[in-house]
Amino acid sequence: MGSYILRRILTAIPTLFFISFVIFALLALSPGDPTGNLPPSLPMEIKQRVREALGMDQPMPVRYVRWLQQFMVNEPLNAIEKATGIQIGNSEDRLRITSWTARGKPVIDLVMERLPQTLWVVGLAYLLSIVIAVPVGVFAAYKQNSTFDSISSVIAVIGFSLPTFFTGVLVIQIFAVWLGWFPSLYNTTLDVTNWDTFVQQVKQMIMPVMVLAFFQIATVSRFARSSSIENLRQDYVRTARSKGLGERMVVMRHVVRNSMIPVVTLIALGIPGIFGGAIVTEQIFAVNGIGQLLIISIQSNDLPVVQTVLMIFAVLVVVFNLIADIAYGILDPRIRYS
Amino acid sequence: MTPHGTRKTFFLIALLAVAAMVFAACAAPAAAPATGGEQPAAAAPSSDVPAEAGRGTDGTVTLVYWQEVSILNPYLASGTKDFHGASLIVEPLLEFNQDSELVPVLAQEIPTVENGGISEDLKSITYKLLPDVVWSDGTPLTADDLVFTWQFCTNELTGCTVQNFVGVESVEAVDAGTVKINFVEPTPYPYIPFVGYLSPILQKAQFTGCEGEAAQSCSEQNTNPIGTGPYKVKEFRANDTVVYEINENYRKADKPHFAEVVIKGAEDASASARAVLETGEADYGWNLQVEPAVLLDMEAKGNGKVIASFGGNVERILINFTNPDPNLGDKRSVWSPDDANPHPFLTDPAVRQALSMAIDRNIIAEQLYGPGGVATCNILSGPPTVVSTANDACLTQDIEGANALLDEAGYADTNGDGIREMADGTPLKILYQTSTNSVRQKTQALIQQWWKEIGVETELKNVEAAVFFGGDPASPDTLNKFFTDVQMFTNGPDNPDPQQYMSNWLCEINGAIQIQNPENNWGGSNVERWCNPDYDALWTTITSATGDARNEIAMQLNDTIVQNYVAIPLVFRASVSAHANSLVGPQLSGFETEEWNIEDWQRVR
Repeated sequence: MGSYILRRILTAIPTLFFISFVIFALLALSPGDPTGNLPPSLPMEIKQRVREALGMDQPMPVRYVRWLQQFMVNEPLNAIEKATGIQIGNSEDRLRITSWTARGKPVIDLVMERLPQTLWVVGLAYLLSIVIAVPVGVFAAYKQNSTFDSISSVIAVIGFSLPTFFTGVLVIQIFAVWLGWFPSLYNTTLDVTNWDTFVQQVKQMIMPVMVLAFFQIATVSRFARSSSIENLRQDYVRTARSKGLGERMVVMRHVVRNSMIPVVTLIALGIPGIFGGAIVTEQIFAVNGIGQLLIISIQSNDLPVVQTVLMIFAVLVVVFNLIADIAYGILDPRIRYS
Repeated sequence: MTPHGTRKTFFLIALLAVAAMVFAACAAPAAAPATGGEQPAAAAPSSDVPAEAGRGTDGTVTLVYWQEVSILNPYLASGTKDFHGASLIVEPLLEFNQDSELVPVLAQEIPTVENGGISEDLKSITYKLLPDVVWSDGTPLTADDLVFTWQFCTNELTGCTVQNFVGVESVEAVDAGTVKINFVEPTPYPYIPFVGYLSPILQKAQFTGCEGEAAQSCSEQNTNPIGTGPYKVKEFRANDTVVYEINENYRKADKPHFAEVVIKGAEDASASARAVLETGEADYGWNLQVEPAVLLDMEAKGNGKVIASFGGNVERILINFTNPDPNLGDKRSVWSPDDANPHPFLTDPAVRQALSMAIDRNIIAEQLYGPGGVATCNILSGPPTVVSTANDACLTQDIEGANALLDEAGYADTNGDGIREMADGTPLKILYQTSTNSVRQKTQALIQQWWKEIGVETELKNVEAAVFFGGDPASPDTLNKFFTDVQMFTNGPDNPDPQQYMSNWLCEINGAIQIQNPENNWGGSNVERWCNPDYDALWTTITSATGDARNEIAMQLNDTIVQNYVAIPLVFRASVSAHANSLVGPQLSGFETEEWNIEDWQRVR
């Protein structure tokens, strides 16, 4: 088992290095410039000086190695220091990855500032969608071709095919403009201290969570449905029925459990996505999450932020894949030796 | 899978679910960080609370910006919105009011030659600081702070994003309350350093150690500057929200009226407009470049008002006087003193004039800009004192006249494809670029149609704004490289004096070529590559002229450019904003930030 885990970790390391290079190189080579939003009357000479101050004039390999060192060594050290309070080396002089638009602001601080909102909104939507989608999918499979199945299928197809930038604007128009129930701008500085502020927090979360969950429900319920249909046809289900087990028992105990295996994989591999945030939805509702940070940084060509956020995301994807692999290894001994 | 394995899977699911809940629960308190429990007041009139006019009596005012503030040090700004965010905190010596007139802020009075504030040789200006002004930390403002601010920005390693100190030789503290600015050349209009929102004063004590390279790592200072203005930072979230609270040491005892200001990000201009005019969540929305019909519809709901302010910005088409033919290789769009590399047909004034005559500027202004613009025939369209009236005929579209002009100049459609050709058979084909922006693309489409009617074929191109305006020397798509025949964007003077802005069309200053070329790293300001010694000579006279003569020369400079059709002005653009009916006080100034008088903003009572 130990060597299996070691092997998996060892393959993950070159993967991450490769990803880091691709992310860095693609962004460094892409056109665009952080001085693009400054007043047009600003002379080129001054823009050039800004670029130099940001370190943009250095050759790409130098920038890559420096960024790699900051990302792989400096920032983790800072994180450890912050967590433990133990000073490691000369932390004052340690170069950090800083944003170009918020000059001097460490990118990691920007990410940490925004992580709670993303986890809260996107995580809740994820949880909600699982809680709703799984039973809906299973029931639709059990009552295949019934009215319920048809309706849930239609809704799933709608949810699946309507992009969030459409549903987002639609719900704003309905619930914020026409009905006036919920705010269209997410108040990111709201402090939940009492019942009133709690209600406000719930109100402002309803629309983004609803839009995100709608999309997720469609995916997960389709998946749960097809997986359940497959299992309902299996011999062991017939056996269970012929044993005289009640339908409830057959479905809950036999069908659902076995059908959930692929669904769980889908759900587990979607978890890094929670950290990555929801780019479009967060932007529409002005939720200051990671997704919004990413899109704003792309728009203003704040490359250090974009590179770092994408890299964190890549690390999470690799790590969660690793966890899934290891978990399977634990569950199924056959995988370890193959 | 064995039943045993299934159970483990279930255990895992349960664990995951619990973990997710714990995560969510942990995130709960952090999701809404402290702001002291105060809620941004909705736009509803607070008529039930008849507060007295005074400091901090009016609660919270919420401003929406669809480009979020990312830094509060104006000298390191990454966009206009950062200057706006900073203008509530730091102040200049003088600023421009709603009529584009100078008014003192931290200076006792406006120095002039008459009151002795400006030296006779026009090479220095001396300001007396208002007495007893203190920073928000309680320490006094002194001339040393100004000297420091100048050093901060002019340190080449700082990467300062402001050009107000160009031409300044030195800034010296005569005594604690007097500062003298020396210019390299005689400067008849010296109100540029420390004037307006682009050039406020930083506190020396706070920013010492942040000059040069260190500027990039002074995060705390850059996001929470100490200022003399009405507000200071309470909470700053880069690229999201800034919450301001009153600076208790602000010098006007009964101001500001709002206890708290929130600048909040929004998705785009229409989301901002919606928040102010439809849902009433915010009191003020900045830069609402929304389809005029949509914006006026929203305004008709009666929650708020759309306001516009004109500074000096003009949307115009720039003509490339050099040949942008890709086959020229390194010589593409390159001008040099020995080889002007002329454009095959755009160097012919008749063609340029015809292109201008064919455009119906009123349609563009009314249909695409609405309250955000009026048709114009001048490059210099504001302030009113410098606007020429000699070119107004261009407001009437004249396709027939344009066709006649081209016929006369010998451009005829010889092969019957609807496109005119030059004598050598080269068709009049134009590549027309601008930045990606729906209003600009619609303008392009209209103009393409009109130019077709005069037998000129136009190919349209749009470039992502960050690339087009960014000026990266490695990119072929910047406005500076100008690898197309014509291009369109907005520009205008930073202050009401036109001297600096009109220098953009010079061929050279003191022997330095102003036309962009590889030798100056595409760094000049003369984008059109138009070289006219008469213009240069005329501009030289403005550098020593004063008073009305100055305005007169500015108009002549404008007329020279417009009548030579170097650039084709289209629309005089305003900054469009909206405020809730319950908010009074916003007085837009074309040359200041919207918040220049925020200390006077009040809730309707």
